[in-house]
Amino acid sequence: MTGNVRHDFDVVVIGAGGAGLRAAIEARQMGARTALVCKSLLGKAHTVMAEGGIAAALASVWPQDNWEVHFRDTMRGGKMLNNWRMAQIHALEAPDRVLELEEWGALFDRTADGRILQRDFGGHRYARLAHVGDRTGLEMIRALQHRAVSIGIDVFMECKIVRLLKDDDGAVNGAVGFWRETGDFVTFGAKAVVLATGGLGKAWKFTTNSWECTGDGMALALWAGADLIDMEAIQFHPTGMVWPPSARGLLVTEGVRGDGGVLKNREGERFMFNYISPFFAAETAATIEEGDQWYANKVDFRRPPELLPRDEVARAINSEVKAGRGSPHGGVFLDIASRRTPEEIRRLLPSMYHQFKQLADIDITTTPMEVGPTCHYAMGGVRVEADTEATTVAGLYAAGEVAGGMHGSNRLGGNSLSDLIVFGRRAGSSAAERALSHSGTAVISEAQVAEITQQATSYFENEGTEDAYAVHRDLQETMQSLVGIIRVEAELIEAKEKLAELAERASNCVVEGGMRFNPGWHLALDLESMLAVSNCTTLSAIERRESRGGHTREDYPGFRPEFENVNMVTRLVDGKYLIAQEPKPQMPDELAKLFEEDSH
Amino acid sequence: MAIDTEQAAAPPAQPPAPPAKDLVMHLWRGDESGGRFMEYRLAPQEGEVVLDVVHRIQATQAPDLAVRWNCKAGKCGSCSAEVNGRPALMCMTRMSTLPADQPVTISPMRAFPIMRDLVTDVSYNFEVAKLIPAFRPKPRDPDGLYRMAQVDIDRGQEFHKCIECFLCQNVCHVIRDHEENKLRYAGPRFFVRLAELEMHPLDTLDRRDYIRRDMGIGYCNITKCCTEVCPEEIHITDNAIIALKERLVDAHYDPIAWLGRKITRRPAPLGAAQARQYTGAAHAQPPAALPEAQDDPASVPHEPGTGG
Repeated sequence: MTGNVRHDFDVVVIGAGGAGLRAAIEARQMGARTALVCKSLLGKAHTVMAEGGIAAALASVWPQDNWEVHFRDTMRGGKMLNNWRMAQIHALEAPDRVLELEEWGALFDRTADGRILQRDFGGHRYARLAHVGDRTGLEMIRALQHRAVSIGIDVFMECKIVRLLKDDDGAVNGAVGFWRETGDFVTFGAKAVVLATGGLGKAWKFTTNSWECTGDGMALALWAGADLIDMEAIQFHPTGMVWPPSARGLLVTEGVRGDGGVLKNREGERFMFNYISPFFAAETAATIEEGDQWYANKVDFRRPPELLPRDEVARAINSEVKAGRGSPHGGVFLDIASRRTPEEIRRLLPSMYHQFKQLADIDITTTPMEVGPTCHYAMGGVRVEADTEATTVAGLYAAGEVAGGMHGSNRLGGNSLSDLIVFGRRAGSSAAERALSHSGTAVISEAQVAEITQQATSYFENEGTEDAYAVHRDLQETMQSLVGIIRVEAELIEAKEKLAELAERASNCVVEGGMRFNPGWHLALDLESMLAVSNCTTLSAIERRESRGGHTREDYPGFRPEFENVNMVTRLVDGKYLIAQEPKPQMPDELAKLFEEDSH
Repeated sequence: MAIDTEQAAAPPAQPPAPPAKDLVMHLWRGDESGGRFMEYRLAPQEGEVVLDVVHRIQATQAPDLAVRWNCKAGKCGSCSAEVNGRPALMCMTRMSTLPADQPVTISPMRAFPIMRDLVTDVSYNFEVAKLIPAFRPKPRDPDGLYRMAQVDIDRGQEFHKCIECFLCQNVCHVIRDHEENKLRYAGPRFFVRLAELEMHPLDTLDRRDYIRRDMGIGYCNITKCCTEVCPEEIHITDNAIIALKERLVDAHYDPIAWLGRKITRRPAPLGAAQARQYTGAAHAQPPAALPEAQDDPASVPHEPGTGG
């Protein structure tokens, strides 16, 4: 290891997906000297994998749509666990944020009169998703990336942050990381830090997530003393590829169902009609005939159950497979071939067409896809104040998937991309405001930096025999089998014990080779984050003794009133994970009224 | 740079598994000071792509094997490399499409400096990106919206499919074998970017002079190598580069101005003799493939579309 170079900025944003880019743009536009630090190359963040679209009540297809309808859909999709204020801000501001992307060069698909076309998605009352075929995330990240580059934001690529730094008053004032290419350490001094590191799916075996999604930001916040909330709420996307084995878990966009695709079991039955829960019965079609008419007429008909929120669909697929009615490779069939012409399918879903053709030798214009649930998204995350995205630690902000609250216990498709730009902007603005009101340079404790560096490089000197790849594989097996889509107390407790063993093994990992671009070392450090968030998820899952959204307890089916109004809060105190139930913010009466009426 | 092909081709010291069953992988290992192909053997698994095999080697035999990847779904463009000498995304190249009876060679992209193993320094591309004059939209309609016809953005959307894998940059002979040209040549990826800006219905900036003068589009002599390797099947040459060249001609067909520019301009485009495909000396880079892999026509880099 050679010297530890120091850089000082007003605002340091960690993570360069949609939320990080948008935060950095806002901070820079407000005049703050802004650094954007990311674990991969710029433009490769997990946001590029988002396919279906950005939810925003633009009302360009259905004039009946407005922010109140979007707000209501979001809260009901989240089974009312959402932070109401975040859901409100999101619904109010998403349209402006989408139009802003156009101003930065994004080209969304158009309506006949030249406005932004919107597509149907699960849980949304009206066609609401602005999109570009099935590669909307790529469009969004490029528009933001070009904007960020054009306004001169300093980008630090392939730099992994290992710990945050705090001043004597307990406020975050920087971060320590290292360059993946060289292994050299780097210190960032900052007046405010924004976490925008995304999710944690890599702790599970079958996931849509890319290698970066190791819960880094949640762990950094936890280690810095911040609260996490609702970590039990993990979304299993109903439609991941199930075959071939190497592609298992890969995302199949909900856009397939939005554009008319239907789910069938091995008997050819559209089984979703058997899984309409009372919570959604009033707004869901009861018959195939009714559901099929909804695509063209959303006012007089109700949507088909294939477009129920993701948690409902994932559980239904799980049940069909368990009952022996699954497809040959342990999924169910997703059929668009019999619903749309080959030309339409190739135009609407080009990357799905490509993905199945190339990876599975399947032509989706003629053959149904085999799909099953896959770990996709963390609804929980760092606890933030709704208007400012401030965490419970001074100087630290969080936006995007790393933050909790916005999506309650289940996120609607399309609400993630809009979350990124709505709250990314707000986090960047709050961070810049704080930074611009503080003068001077961060006073950084050399001892803190030395300790962090020492700990991060200790893997090279360990005397043990553990191997990070093996520990990671065992962690994924543990989370997949014991903290998966259906949970039960005995297994969760078993998981908790296994996580303790895995943490012990992880600390004994030995890294072969040197510090230059050494994935074995990077994985050992990512494991620290994955183990921290896995512990929080498991503890919260034990504590929430009910089933709600992305958290399903076989031993406690259904909602329970005593959990309706509480967040599960996890924090680290003296090296121990603590869990507490704390009341969630209460919705004002004028908004609560929106939920009193029937859905029609 | 020493390439220890003898070592790479030699069987490993352990008792070998039946050769017909095992995958034999030759991965380039090393850094900017040199390196060689190392051989790894492992049992095949159903439906694997090249990146899966590389990951299995990493997890079981070479924990410090450096490889860049993110999504493993062909959407992020991180895992670009040369597989049997052919530039490709490792995550979208199925093992079943490669000849089973001979070793599979994987080497880093050749147009970029080596960092370590399969990872190259692609920072050149990010530097070029900073030079592109940004999008400058016209004002919105009075109701706060922009209106664009789908037919007017179809071409732009084709260009927006680019995942920045930089394979087009890697095969472009203007820079693949001529490091010095990187100073004055943006490369296919950025001609696509410039074309998308030039054809954007809302954009108001004229970049044509800049494209000709500073981005070096004249160096491109339309061999279509970039188009052939594009994993997103963007028609880089026909729809972006030729279209840009035509626009430049339109803007510059003024004989006096043309003569003036010709006298003060930078050197003329590279001739055919200088433009060689996938061969020629690289800068501290491995050869495109091992000799035995090159014997098979299927694994030899394809012919350029229209010749150099």
